[in-house]
Amino acid sequence: MPKSFRSHLRITLGPYRLGLRLLRRELVAGELRVMAAALVIAVGALTAVGFSTDRVAQAMRLGAAELLAADLLLASSNPIDPQWTRQAHRHGLATAHTLSFRSMLAHGDRFQLAEVKAVSEGYPLRGRLEVAKTPFGAAHPTRAIPSPGTVWLEGRLLSALGLRVGQTVHLGAAQFTVTEVLALEPDRGGELFHIAPRVLMHIADVAPTQLVQPASRVTHRLLLAGEAAAIAGFRKQLATALQPGERLQGTDQASPQLRSALSRASQYLGLASITSVLIAGVAVALAARRYATRHADSVALLRSLGASSRWVAQVFALQVLVLGLLAGLAGCALGRAGEAILSNLFAGLVIGDLPPPSWKPIGIGLAAGMGTLLSFALPPLLKLRTISPVQVLNRNVGYFPAPMRASYAGAILLLAALGYQLGLEPRLASSVLAGAVATLILLAISARLLVKGLTGLRSRVGVAWRFGLANVARRPQESVLQIVALGIGMLVLLVLTFIRTDLLSSWQAQFPPEAPNFFLLDVQPHQVGAVQRHLAQYGLSPPALYPMVRGRLRQINGQPVAATHYSDPRARRLATRDFNLSWSEQLPAGNQVVQGQWWAASERPVPAFSVEQGLAETLAMRVGDKLIFDVAGQPIEGRVESLRSVAWDSFQANFFVMLPPGVLDSFPATYLTSLHLPASQRQVLGGLVQAFPGITVLDVDALLEKARSIVEQAIRAVQYVFLFTLVAGLGVLYAAVQATLDERKVEAAILRALGASRNRVMLGVLSEFVILGLLAGLVATLGATVLSKWLASAVFDLDLHLDPWLGILGILGGAASAGLAGLVGTRSVLAMPPNASLRAT
Amino acid sequence: MVEARGVEKRVPSPEGDLTILSAVELAIFAGETVAVIGASGSGKSTLLGLLAGLDLPTKGIVRLDGHDLTAIDEDGRAALRGQLVGFVFQSFQLLPSLTAIENVMLPLELAGNAQPKRRAEAILERVGLQHRRRHYPRQLSGGEQQRVAIARAFATQPKVLFADEPTGNLDQQTGGAIAELLFELNRERGTTLVLVTHDPCLADPCNRVVRLDNGRLTS
Ligand SMILES: Nc1ncnc2c1ncn2[C@@H]1O[C@H](COP(=O)(O)OP(=O)(O)OP(=O)(O)O)[C@@H](O)[C@H]1O
Ligand SMILES: [Mg+2]
Repeated sequence: MPKSFRSHLRITLGPYRLGLRLLRRELVAGELRVMAAALVIAVGALTAVGFSTDRVAQAMRLGAAELLAADLLLASSNPIDPQWTRQAHRHGLATAHTLSFRSMLAHGDRFQLAEVKAVSEGYPLRGRLEVAKTPFGAAHPTRAIPSPGTVWLEGRLLSALGLRVGQTVHLGAAQFTVTEVLALEPDRGGELFHIAPRVLMHIADVAPTQLVQPASRVTHRLLLAGEAAAIAGFRKQLATALQPGERLQGTDQASPQLRSALSRASQYLGLASITSVLIAGVAVALAARRYATRHADSVALLRSLGASSRWVAQVFALQVLVLGLLAGLAGCALGRAGEAILSNLFAGLVIGDLPPPSWKPIGIGLAAGMGTLLSFALPPLLKLRTISPVQVLNRNVGYFPAPMRASYAGAILLLAALGYQLGLEPRLASSVLAGAVATLILLAISARLLVKGLTGLRSRVGVAWRFGLANVARRPQESVLQIVALGIGMLVLLVLTFIRTDLLSSWQAQFPPEAPNFFLLDVQPHQVGAVQRHLAQYGLSPPALYPMVRGRLRQINGQPVAATHYSDPRARRLATRDFNLSWSEQLPAGNQVVQGQWWAASERPVPAFSVEQGLAETLAMRVGDKLIFDVAGQPIEGRVESLRSVAWDSFQANFFVMLPPGVLDSFPATYLTSLHLPASQRQVLGGLVQAFPGITVLDVDALLEKARSIVEQAIRAVQYVFLFTLVAGLGVLYAAVQATLDERKVEAAILRALGASRNRVMLGVLSEFVILGLLAGLVATLGATVLSKWLASAVFDLDLHLDPWLGILGILGGAASAGLAGLVGTRSVLAMPPNASLRAT
Repeated sequence: MVEARGVEKRVPSPEGDLTILSAVELAIFAGETVAVIGASGSGKSTLLGLLAGLDLPTKGIVRLDGHDLTAIDEDGRAALRGQLVGFVFQSFQLLPSLTAIENVMLPLELAGNAQPKRRAEAILERVGLQHRRRHYPRQLSGGEQQRVAIARAFATQPKVLFADEPTGNLDQQTGGAIAELLFELNRERGTTLVLVTHDPCLADPCNRVVRLDNGRLTS
């Protein structure tokens, strides 16, 4: 190698050598260690949360898939192009077909409208059918489907037709033997009261019934299941080729009962993950700033020895890159181990069988770790480039003013990217970010005021407190930063705590042990009292019954409503069916007016409508629209006065369309109620059906159990991930406090040399950190209250009940944990001869 | 007043244990002034730290005003230091978070002095820094910081004052003034002085000069 080239290499390798040497030294002692620790913890948290969220999300997706009976389905009013089935197989996906339509079922001289579903082998691709031998009898899961020539009927159909298993029914031109009572259909869905009872048959039997003609109203479904990636790929392909009248449905759009629980859970988990990155970022930024400050003198020296600013930039950039890689890998290992420990700990509690973790979180963890370092640590470090060599001489400049508002645009971008990656609602991610920034500003302002105020206080307090106060007031920027860092950390932990508490209690409230598991429909007005008495006989408290009148929507703003006006199959179905109209003076519990106004109590009944918002959206109705319903041949005309959101996940009786009381008094109403029956009292229903043959009993027990178990999974997941984030957050807060501890140690040693007792030194450290912690806690609690309120109502759809104790706990916890961290950090100095500590620095 | 018996100090180092001091025998009487001299690295600062109870010997005992420093715990030694000892560090060791006057007040406050401020101001004036009293250490020059460190050591009028090169950073005139201050204290209050110095201004007036040579006393 020619000599000149070698020396050239030396020069170009110079910064890297110095960079690596500095890195090695500083990792053993100094801010880099704090930075590395913060990063390892954060990446660990992110990957652990990632691993567990990933697994939990997979488990929940499976749960949701059961509600579709598939991972993805294509619904159409026309037969589905067979090429899709072939393509699906080519993608390695499993398929099944269903065909549903409405028809009359006949037995002897009795007729009953039924929803027929004809299914192919393989159905359901996810979840299980459950069957029984008698209506409302003990059910057991099965993998089979009705064989050709046989049908399975829902229990209430058997009671309505006076049928028993083994007898025959007519459907169109064909005759079938009833072989099972259908107890649970995984994809029965949410519209419980609005579909006629179910008949399940083999798809090969559809032709002999001659019921399905080219113009018949039927829904064809192609069910698909397989690997998440294959499903996602196929879904994209399908989405671009969608014909009018075709609709895709994924697990994200499963039953309305669970949709909200699942989406809240996944939003919360995402929030927790992004939070751990935010906290880590703050700790890293703090440590990097101190690192830069401490190296300002050495950089000035290097500059005076002739190093270019590029050289300096390379030295520090290299350190950041290597550190990011090492800490990222260590963090991933920690995250994996932490996840393993946690899922072991929770093994008995969690979700029976967690699917194995995917490797995706490793990639995200590494990228996030590097990204955190680049966006939070690089700005202050690169600022070192600009240091002038004069600083070697001039002590007054010697204090390096690291940038406080360094360009952290990268940080915001990183968080946004992570939010996107985690599938956070943009509103959630942006409000967390905005809330954090607002709190940051508030923290900075109040911290500055505090620091100012403290300066006056200094001469009036004892030596230990003076020392603590002096430390706070000395470098206002540092103290302000530390308060801001502590505060942001506490803010996010508090937000997570606040929301978690309410999320859990709202979920728990949704499925109380006595949630209704049966509905009684078609109770005649004169039977209301008798039914209540009948139930009271068995020691059941008499349920409230709601009136209901059937009506069909005829016109919207003068336009006749017809199925052909809509391409959406759901809209077609809704447009042509009977609605259950109910009335009430008050807004029913669990409902919320989202637009317009609920009617005030009026003397004279005036027709008006309150419409469920999803229905309004599907049928394109707005507040102020004029509707005409046909009720028993008579038109009822009125305006839409309000749109309501309905807690579909409440399993209470809910109505799409409601009117003020009095309007429908003259029409024949039937009554509806829900009740809770423990398993041991199911036979009550048999007696009830015999005593009141006209009453329809709807059994949602199995569905409720399913929903309950999914929500329980969600609760566990939230608990579990919250705990991890909390631990990680506390760890990072501790690291943030540690960032300034080296200096505290020297100070403690000097105080000791001057004869200060152990208690005095501890009190000094304590007073400083307690002051920082108190202020941070105070502002963080304020910020967290506002942010959680907003998030709760805008994203989580919760009415947040803040526990004032939680707030107080936040403030005191902030002070206590900061003080404790300070004490733990200085403790080691107290028992040592001061010279040992002084020389160590 | 200060007594070292068979003192040895070793520290671990990458090349095995390093003996900094060995077999040091030294007795300093109350009111005596002693100068410690020796080449750089000969162990002067180490010895001073041991005598003041800032560090512990690996062998032997150190007595301060009759108390065996090796027999009491760190808190006990801290209390003794607070009562008896003033120390001027070679590297000053001012608290960066406190102003000059606050640094000087610190030992007074720790000792429960009723009027720490007045006393601190008086001493700062004597070292010629009253106009810089509100400045932080990093805003002061090396010599100014050294004077603050000296003022701090004086503040409590200790029985024994240890000073590690107290005039090392000072010009001759200021150095002379500091030397005067030290010996005045010795004359007026009988303060025992133990000084590490290369400065004849300081060494000459001392009652006794001891020399350290590679960790051994060769007075
Ligand atoms: N904790 C330690 N670890 C390693 N070496 C040490 C330690 N303490 C002291 N030494 C070494 O012991 C020797 C004596 O140190 P000391 O500070 O006492 O020297 P000194 O005589 O005061 O020198 P100077 O005049 O340069 O201040 C030096 O070589 C020093 O490097
Ligand atoms: Mg020395």
